[in-house]
Amino acid sequence: MEYKTHIRVDRLNVFFGPDQILKDINLVIPDKKITVIIGPSGCGKTTLLKSFNRLIDAVDGVRFSGSIFVDDEDILEPKSELTHIRKKMGLLMQKPYPLPMSIYANVAYGPRIHGTRDKRELDRIVETYLRKASLWDEVKDRLHAPATQLSLGQQQRLCLARGLAVEPEIILGDEPTSALDPRSSQRIEQTFLELKNDYTIVVVTHILRQARRLADYIVFLYLGELVEHGPAQKMFEHPEKEMTREYMQGLIS
Amino acid sequence: MKKRRWEERIALGFMLITAAIILVSLFWILGTILVRGVSALNWSMIFQTPKGGYYLGKEGGILNAILGSLFLAGGATLIALVVALPVAFYLNVFLRNGSRLAGFARFSLDVMSGIPSIVFGAVGFILMTLLGLRTSLLAGMLTVALLILPIMIRAMDEVFRLVPREILEASFALGANRYETSMRVMIRQCFPGIVTAVLLALGRGIGDAASVLFTAGFTDHLPDSLFRPAATLPLAILFQVESPLPQVQKRAYAAALILTLIILIISLVSRWISSRFSRHIIR
Repeated sequence: MEYKTHIRVDRLNVFFGPDQILKDINLVIPDKKITVIIGPSGCGKTTLLKSFNRLIDAVDGVRFSGSIFVDDEDILEPKSELTHIRKKMGLLMQKPYPLPMSIYANVAYGPRIHGTRDKRELDRIVETYLRKASLWDEVKDRLHAPATQLSLGQQQRLCLARGLAVEPEIILGDEPTSALDPRSSQRIEQTFLELKNDYTIVVVTHILRQARRLADYIVFLYLGELVEHGPAQKMFEHPEKEMTREYMQGLIS
Repeated sequence: MKKRRWEERIALGFMLITAAIILVSLFWILGTILVRGVSALNWSMIFQTPKGGYYLGKEGGILNAILGSLFLAGGATLIALVVALPVAFYLNVFLRNGSRLAGFARFSLDVMSGIPSIVFGAVGFILMTLLGLRTSLLAGMLTVALLILPIMIRAMDEVFRLVPREILEASFALGANRYETSMRVMIRQCFPGIVTAVLLALGRGIGDAASVLFTAGFTDHLPDSLFRPAATLPLAILFQVESPLPQVQKRAYAAALILTLIILIISLVSRWISSRFSRHIIR
């Protein structure tokens, strides 16, 4: 399989105070595929993901070195503009966190921030992305109700629609189904599979079966180190490293 | 086994006693101003200014002090709000979690809220002369604004700190900057808390006598200019309660009753307002 590069990580090191969370990561994330980052908890999966949109900046005492190139721009450069980087990526967190406003305003939040004022244009955006996140039919009659009235599963799909509405190229998911019931998880996964033709998707998970269902490409992290990465089939069937094989078989976790 | 049961009973008893002390104090205070003040309360008190000899028991009212207090505390609260909101945003949205500067700022604010109001009065007096102001409504507003500022900031700060970081991160992840996140997310999420903080500060400001004694002064006229002295209810109470004449003392309690009612009305209205704006809050 041929992969086109979208995100390239070059000698990335991340420290929180005295602790080194990520150690010399070199990685290429393929364009318009689902890349799944796996590994036991505390191995730096979330840190790696949040490095991509510089959300790690919010942590006190964080330091990093190396480069992350997104569309050939090094986003770790101090002069790169955060709002511009973040606009390129939609983020789904472990638990859905809607913004304290209506369903409509949640989806319109990003476009409004980035300058869309026209009411009809906003209406169109809200409908388009609620449909893409397969939430439209459930909420079309109560767009102006508080987002908190939705169920958890619906809230996560709302967060997806909200992220898509800023027209990102990349979708980041940080264990996006871990707070959801099985049906809702399945819907999120289904939506990811539909979206991968248009977006580069990076998902963190510790559920191996989810990785198997979703992944085109797998990245295996262990204690801050990148152990192995490669196409999903190869990683599951013929991993090069012994540790990868043991993790894939559930021998270590 | 028995010992533990007794321990719990004693603890419970202690809690009931302390709760009772608080309730009794509240109702005792309210009862005192009601019993002593209600007989002196009449419409002319609310709608008239002091006539000649009012403080000796003659005709008139304290409209000057009622309006003066409302203007002064209202203005001071507005000034404090304009300063407090940006500070609270800075501490909670702009600075990183666990920042040392934020810790130092919080400590300083706590120290500042412990400073007695008479000190603010004295410092306000110096500030006033430095600014070339005389005893005036404006000087009083500025002094009271300083007095209530730390209270307002810390009250907002405590509410802002409870906001899950993830809500802010969600906004950042959508490409919003910290200012947009403050104005669009933080204010919405914390609206009732902001109202409470403003109210707390207003209540503290409207009831303080020592800070306005030298700065706002006192006058029998209605407040008509920012640059002239203004009367306030706490001082009106103070001057009347010092009187040897019983009918004037009664008027002091009536004035206290009016002040309490004003605060009660403001609390009820703002509670109603904040409940109307809380339906979107993420819990």
